[in-house]
Amino acid sequence: MTSLLDRKKKRVDDLAESAGTSLAADAFRRMARNPVAVTGAVIVLAFVLLSIFAPWLAPKDPFLRYPELLENLRADSIPGPQPGFLLGSDEFGRDFFSRLLVASQQSLVVGVVATLFGGAIGMLIGGLAGALGGWVDTLLMRLTDILLSVPSLLLAISIAALASRGSQTTVIIAVAVVSVPIFARLLRGSMLAQRHSDHVLAATALGVKRRTIVFRHMLPNSLGPVIVQATLTLATSIIEAASLSFLGLGDPDPNRAEWGLMLSKSQSYIDVKFELALYPALAIIVVALGFTLLGESLREALDPKNRR
Amino acid sequence: MLRFTIRRLLQAIPTLFVLSVLVFAWLRSLPGGPATALLGDKATPESIASLEKIMGLDQPLYLQYFNFLGRMLSGDMGNSIISADPVLEEIGRALPATIELSVVALLIAVLLGIPLGYLSASYRGRFFDNATIMGTLAGVAVPVFFLGIVLKYVFAQELGLLPPSSRQDADIDATRVTGFATLDGMLTGEWDATGNALWHLVLPAIALSSIPLAVIVRITRASVLDVLNEDFIRTANAKGLQATVVRTRHVLRNALLPVSTTVGLQTGLLLGGAVLTEKVFVWGGLGSLLSEGIQRRDYPRLQALILLAAGVYVLVNLLVDISYAIIDPRVRTS
Amino acid sequence: MAHSRTARRRWTAAIGLTGVAVLALSACAESERGTDDASGKTGGTLIFGAAGKPKNFDPIFNDDGESFRPIRQMYDTLITYKRGTADLAPGLAEKWDLSDGGKTITFSLVQGAKFHDGTAFDAAAVCFNFERWFNMKGAAAQSQMIYYADIFKGFAQNEGDASGTPLYKSCEAKDANTAVLNLNAYSSALPAAFGLTSFSISSPEALKKYDADAVTQSGESFAYPAYATEHPTGTGPFKFESYDKTNNTITLVRNEDYHGEKAKLDKIIFKIIEDENARKQELKAGTIDGYDYPSPADFKSLKDDGFDVLIRPAFNIMYLGINQANTPALKDIRVRQAIAYAVNREQLVKTKLPEGAEVATQFQPKTVAGYADDVTKYPYDPAKAKDLLKQAGVENLTLKFYVPTEVSRPYMPNPVDYAAAMTEDLKAVGINVETVPRPWNGGYKDDVQKFGKHDLHLLGWTGDYNDAGNFPGTFFGRSKPEFGFDDKALFDEIAAADAVVDATAHADAWKQVNRNLLSKYLPAVPISHSPPGIVVNKKIKGLTPSPLTDERFDTVTKD
Repeated sequence: MTSLLDRKKKRVDDLAESAGTSLAADAFRRMARNPVAVTGAVIVLAFVLLSIFAPWLAPKDPFLRYPELLENLRADSIPGPQPGFLLGSDEFGRDFFSRLLVASQQSLVVGVVATLFGGAIGMLIGGLAGALGGWVDTLLMRLTDILLSVPSLLLAISIAALASRGSQTTVIIAVAVVSVPIFARLLRGSMLAQRHSDHVLAATALGVKRRTIVFRHMLPNSLGPVIVQATLTLATSIIEAASLSFLGLGDPDPNRAEWGLMLSKSQSYIDVKFELALYPALAIIVVALGFTLLGESLREALDPKNRR
Repeated sequence: MLRFTIRRLLQAIPTLFVLSVLVFAWLRSLPGGPATALLGDKATPESIASLEKIMGLDQPLYLQYFNFLGRMLSGDMGNSIISADPVLEEIGRALPATIELSVVALLIAVLLGIPLGYLSASYRGRFFDNATIMGTLAGVAVPVFFLGIVLKYVFAQELGLLPPSSRQDADIDATRVTGFATLDGMLTGEWDATGNALWHLVLPAIALSSIPLAVIVRITRASVLDVLNEDFIRTANAKGLQATVVRTRHVLRNALLPVSTTVGLQTGLLLGGAVLTEKVFVWGGLGSLLSEGIQRRDYPRLQALILLAAGVYVLVNLLVDISYAIIDPRVRTS
Repeated sequence: MAHSRTARRRWTAAIGLTGVAVLALSACAESERGTDDASGKTGGTLIFGAAGKPKNFDPIFNDDGESFRPIRQMYDTLITYKRGTADLAPGLAEKWDLSDGGKTITFSLVQGAKFHDGTAFDAAAVCFNFERWFNMKGAAAQSQMIYYADIFKGFAQNEGDASGTPLYKSCEAKDANTAVLNLNAYSSALPAAFGLTSFSISSPEALKKYDADAVTQSGESFAYPAYATEHPTGTGPFKFESYDKTNNTITLVRNEDYHGEKAKLDKIIFKIIEDENARKQELKAGTIDGYDYPSPADFKSLKDDGFDVLIRPAFNIMYLGINQANTPALKDIRVRQAIAYAVNREQLVKTKLPEGAEVATQFQPKTVAGYADDVTKYPYDPAKAKDLLKQAGVENLTLKFYVPTEVSRPYMPNPVDYAAAMTEDLKAVGINVETVPRPWNGGYKDDVQKFGKHDLHLLGWTGDYNDAGNFPGTFFGRSKPEFGFDDKALFDEIAAADAVVDATAHADAWKQVNRNLLSKYLPAVPISHSPPGIVVNKKIKGLTPSPLTDERFDTVTKD
């Protein structure tokens, strides 16, 4: 597992090195010219707007069972599209299309909260390690290495399985924990990279307090890599959350509208109405792809090597 | 050297001990218990309570723990509640299934990934390159289990070309030697069993290979690009060496070094995906044991799986440390 | 689609260069066999998809359907059920007589039956089995005999927490073909319960040889002796051949010495496929011939693809349980009636349960004696529900609804969905519902049946034998944390009905119990009877679905 760990580390470390060396405007210009970046940005923007305005966009109440749909709903047949119901019924006699739209909210919440959570804890650990150094650094990094060396999905499964039963919270925690070591290593790395940079050396020479240096100079300069990593983490969070749902480790409440849950519930109806599985899956794939494209092109834009 | 090894081994013991306490405490804290899981639907609360007493679950926790520890130290990890087989036997049966699947998936990833990555680098910036990169990004965005479900739906259910689940047909008469379905057929000369096992491997291996494939394509591409920029390649080209000679003898050989180190131990990555793939294809490997164990609350099985995984993990780390110590004597004294 | 399903097989066959020759040979062999037997086609291998692993193969130590399915093919019981019904029919006993107020049962046994190990079946063998059960040693072994403990109450020496007074007194082999069983008391469950698969008759020789009673236990682990895992020896139409745990297959072969009509198939292979979708896809891909418990969602698509979906008569009940212990308002029958009126059972059955499912009016299926047509009914009526709540002076009632997750049972294939529908119905009449999902094995059964933490819950039951005592009697015969009431009047009523020996009077007594349960007590709301299915491809003929899931494959043929 060593070399995989090394690769994981290297990816993070490369990103960390780009801290503070990039000019935001420069990076932005390069991004705008990159079709991959633009595609990613458009998808992400559309997804965020959709999840904000979904309740107004949804033509029907996503939680209500409609008599028109219940009329023809049977255990082994689910009504297809009909006037007023663009994609027909779900397995409950509710409007599938509206649910699909509204589900974007929950998926975004899972992704964002998990990323924020993992990012915050990771950055706290990484920041402490980077700022204090010494044995604190050694201990914290040893711990993150252990977490980092376990395959991420396996780690998420184990953590989610620790809970006595699945819920939204356990899924978020499981997905968040997986990203903690990455953020920790990232922030520490970028702070170390800056330790010997001119502006930090100058500040130290001028007798500025270490705390001030860390908060005024080092942290803001590390923001770039952190944002890149957060974008990428959002993509994996959404996929991991869906995977946990599939394994039955998520929140089983069928009233909730969330793509991962919709996808895992639709397994029983694959031969009845394949769309019930297809659309949530496509939604997850497209959104994950959007975040990945955006994140990868951001990373490239920030990479000093590419500026030659 | 020996003293160093012994010291490190001794250091591993408290780690494992703490872990065994944690695993034990966690499993006991979960609602529902082995007695409920063992008895079927017809069991009454009284019969469950009685069974719990027989199992010693009414004893104080520390006593239960010492009993558990004692059994474990004598090599008895208990019997699975689902199958009533010794858990170690179960794991022994499941391990070849997972290894078989992972190896084939890795083979697919390597055999497809390296050429794709190489070609992609050769045509850098052109359509083929962009399409490949897009493909790798998309490959990572597709949840493994969904890919498996779609493959199964299309190729097994609708087209009937490939088997939808399990490692071999039910009516294959195969002698078990090593537990590797493909290998056993070769050893015993039951070629139909081997062919059948390979046939069953196709869909799950493709599903499982998707993510390693994407990773390998990207690494190969990156490292080929790095090598192409190296001075000796430029020199070789300048010297007028034949393009194919340059490519095979210099570029590929040098680029494959970082690729091979990565490929070598990608099994870690595969294991995560294996849990999902094995569930989709009812594969019966370690991943199936784990997900089934979680769902049915098979305590002895989960206990054994976690402790074994931790044990292997500690051992691997130990070996790495020891190998470092051999390479660098300074480590020994620190 | 269907035409290409054999493509994979073709490939496999093509591996052997001698394939053609082999095929030709086997074709000859088949046709010869076919002509030999005038009574119908024999031979062939049935591959049947099972839903889970068997615990072991010793009938007495099992209580679940997955273990029973192979056991039923290998063993016979003294009394069996007429195929496709829950009515009693001769098994290893051609005749049985109850005398002495039901305390003495005389079995006249079939002649010429042999166990698979070649030893003869006789009255001594029957008594040996009864003695074995009664004298079972070890708390571990006793704890696994769920059905024995339920029907025969106690052991010669109760170990562990077992405390029942044994029903069994003695067994004597009058002559080779007459076994007389003496009981300490009358039991309404007998003789019907002799049909339970758990009470199959094993070969005394094999039991001794393979140390059948040696169930060992350490910690939470149980291990079973060789008899239960490798050498199950009965008299049935099929014999045990192997259990391949690598490929998850159980293989049985025809018993050529069967005393009755011999099995048609050469071989049965049970292929264990835990995943419901995978079973369906195996069937559609042609790799198995049939499987048990298709999801109700797949009935139509399976039929459309040309498979036979056999529907078992529903011999089960799903109910919405009410626990009166935690919320005082639930002690008021008007509140419980309001709940019954509030739940739209008609719609639930129509939209979520399989074809052939029915709304339940009482806690037992129609086919069981004691069913009363004239019980108080609670049709969907939200207005009436609101009214009753008002009468009871209940406002802002909040109920904890415990819902089992990660489970599918024949009586409730998809409980999470049903609970969601019921929750909406209850909310519509102004009852606040707090849904508490709990994994079936991870706390649901404990929380509901042991600790009674809930107000409402979803549960059900598949009948074991044809007696009302196995339905309402099991649910409401005594105080339980599940329902949280202690009503001696009801318990006495049930005990009295159970004790009536005469068949007609027995049924009448139970009818009255059922009427009272619905009008006077309403301890729960009966929801539905849901028929579980079994599906096979067109090549399979002669399979009769049983309400007790007691399918026998000896009559099955494969084209």
